[in-house]
Amino acid sequence: MTGAGLPVWAALLVVGLALTGAAFSLTGAIGLIRLRTFYERVHAPTLGATLGMALILCSSVLLLSLIEGRLVLRDLLIGVFLTVTTPVTLLLLARAAAHRDRHEGRPGAPPKS
Amino acid sequence: MRLLPHPWLSAGLALAWLLLNAPVTPGSLLLALAVGLTVPAVMNALQARPVRVKAPGALLRLAGIVLVDMVRSNIDVARIILGRQTGARRTGFVAIPLDLREPFALSLLSIILTATPGTLWVQYDSDTGRLLLHVLDFPDGEAWIRRVKDRYERPLMEIFA
Repeated sequence: MTGAGLPVWAALLVVGLALTGAAFSLTGAIGLIRLRTFYERVHAPTLGATLGMALILCSSVLLLSLIEGRLVLRDLLIGVFLTVTTPVTLLLLARAAAHRDRHEGRPGAPPKS
Repeated sequence: MRLLPHPWLSAGLALAWLLLNAPVTPGSLLLALAVGLTVPAVMNALQARPVRVKAPGALLRLAGIVLVDMVRSNIDVARIILGRQTGARRTGFVAIPLDLREPFALSLLSIILTATPGTLWVQYDSDTGRLLLHVLDFPDGEAWIRRVKDRYERPLMEIFA
């Protein structure tokens, strides 16, 4: 089956999942602009790395499985690797910001633990 | 030396190989076995301690809890971002005294806290076991400490006891 031969219900489901996921990712990007401090902003992009990513991958798995006529799960590996590696980036960013803010004695600096 | 020093890593690698090379053929099955048996040997160079999962059932239950929390906090944070900035929301740092010491369980906790938007892992001090968390919307610091300890830390300690 090709993409054009997809039944309407499946096409709607695939598009719905992909668009919802994209909407969450876009919300995360908007959050980067709207939120004020660094520590608040770091929260925003995780929307795209978690639920946004999961919904888009669901959509992709569904589409590929229907087209190829069998269960295609290899996209789930993207989710696994993204989930495992995102904390590393965020941790480094947060540590660097905390170090800078404490060193410069800024008002919003995290308390020393 | 045992045949499988890191059984979970071996299983994960073989499964990833099969997923990438689906549909399964005898050839890819053979290669997946070879990958699962040989590649974990590099972990010896890193001197990683093997992971022991004591309670697989608790692991599944924790995965379910995290999945629900992930969806819920995604919606919460999206609402905060798209809503009007009223100024009623309070953000701040919470210091959580952790009893968890197992490195693998701690990294799993950092993945969980990152996967739920609204919580940011800022710093962990391995001497005191104190974790500094930044919370986007926190009405009550005490409630957050209980939430992390009850919902995530206790199951993790049960799993990797």
